Amino acid sequence: MQGVFYAVFEEEIHQVILENQLFKPGERIAIGASGGKDSTVLAYVLSELNRRHNYGLDLFLLSVDEGITGYRDDSLETVKRNELQYGLPLKIVSYKDLYGWTMDEIVKMIGLKNNCTFCGVFRRQALDRGAALLKVDKVATGHNADDIAETVLLNILRGDIARLSRCTSIITGKDGPIPRCKPFKYTYEKEIVMYAYFKKLDYFSTECIYSPNAYRGFAREFIKDLERIRPRAILDIIKSGEDFRISTTTKMPEQGTCERCGYISSQKWCKACVLLEGLNRGLPKLGIGRNQGLNSDGKKDRKRDSRTPSIESKQCGSLEF
Amino acid sequence: MHLTLEFGGGLELLCKSVKFHNVNVDLPKGADKLSMRDLLAWVRTNLIKERPEMFMKGESVRPGVLVLVNDCDWELSGQLDTTLEEKDVVVFISTLHGG
Repeated sequence: MQGVFYAVFEEEIHQVILENQLFKPGERIAIGASGGKDSTVLAYVLSELNRRHNYGLDLFLLSVDEGITGYRDDSLETVKRNELQYGLPLKIVSYKDLYGWTMDEIVKMIGLKNNCTFCGVFRRQALDRGAALLKVDKVATGHNADDIAETVLLNILRGDIARLSRCTSIITGKDGPIPRCKPFKYTYEKEIVMYAYFKKLDYFSTECIYSPNAYRGFAREFIKDLERIRPRAILDIIKSGEDFRISTTTKMPEQGTCERCGYISSQKWCKACVLLEGLNRGLPKLGIGRNQGLNSDGKKDRKRDSRTPSIESKQCGSLEF
Repeated sequence: MHLTLEFGGGLELLCKSVKFHNVNVDLPKGADKLSMRDLLAWVRTNLIKERPEMFMKGESVRPGVLVLVNDCDWELSGQLDTTLEEKDVVVFISTLHGG
């Protein structure tokens, strides 16, 4: 009975990969690996399908160390085991090296609110940096159907139209240096957990200690309650998200590049640079909430403050290809 | 009734980090069967040592907790109405954590 479940699960992923043309033969692919259930199952299944169907891919594991004691250091041990179990080379990039701050240090400064804002922004860039170092063509992440449905709801709740228009795409960043794809877009979290359980896959399963106050928690609770009443709701929300059309009179932000580090950005400075600036100037609210950017005075203040630096930090740096 | 219970996905932390439990559950007074509903109440009273809201919501498990009875999803056997038999294996796995 389980054999059938495995076969169907794996075949469905294979079909999603084919129908959406996620990969091309000869490509180097980095799998975003946290040691958690989704990325572990993704690494296992991609590895297996690559062999079985001759995708011709070079697979790597890419991990981000945010510097969260008692959480990330434990889950990284899991990824190191995955490296051996699946025979996939592993690269770890850390916030400390990239930005000069660990999440523990950040939370000490900003308190327990908005942690996920910092971490999410920094992690996206960290993944891109790691991918560039590995010289891969694409990054694959383990985002599942539940995650994407939550994100659609979150963006509606926040009125974030720009993100709403992008968040259901199975491939993102196609016009950027390193596109990303989500092979589990239509896969329910429940199926992933069951697959990992029956296959006895090694994964780390604790909630991040800083996440209980995250807004996403509300969307998640709601989605879980919905799933109980009508499981199809999750796929239906994704479908709604895919078919949204933005009114032509809605003003959308334009994508340019950050003045400080060259990363993709719709504002003068990318979000990571704004947040880092806030951390280094002891202004934890910078970049959070409605009044987000730096005004022109911000730059003058920076010159004055730099005589009394609070904590050393590297600049975002530029991406080298 | 002798049963084997397993807690995974982080739920074991609510039972003092013990994953496997061999238990003997008394049938409720006057009943000749043990249902999952009865078992859940028993587990909450006897095994869950902290933060019961992470395990249960109302009389059922918290949404996001998978339940398998003899490796079969309990949704196929009637959820709370599932009847248990001697030596059954019940697994509770939380899905509520990062991926």
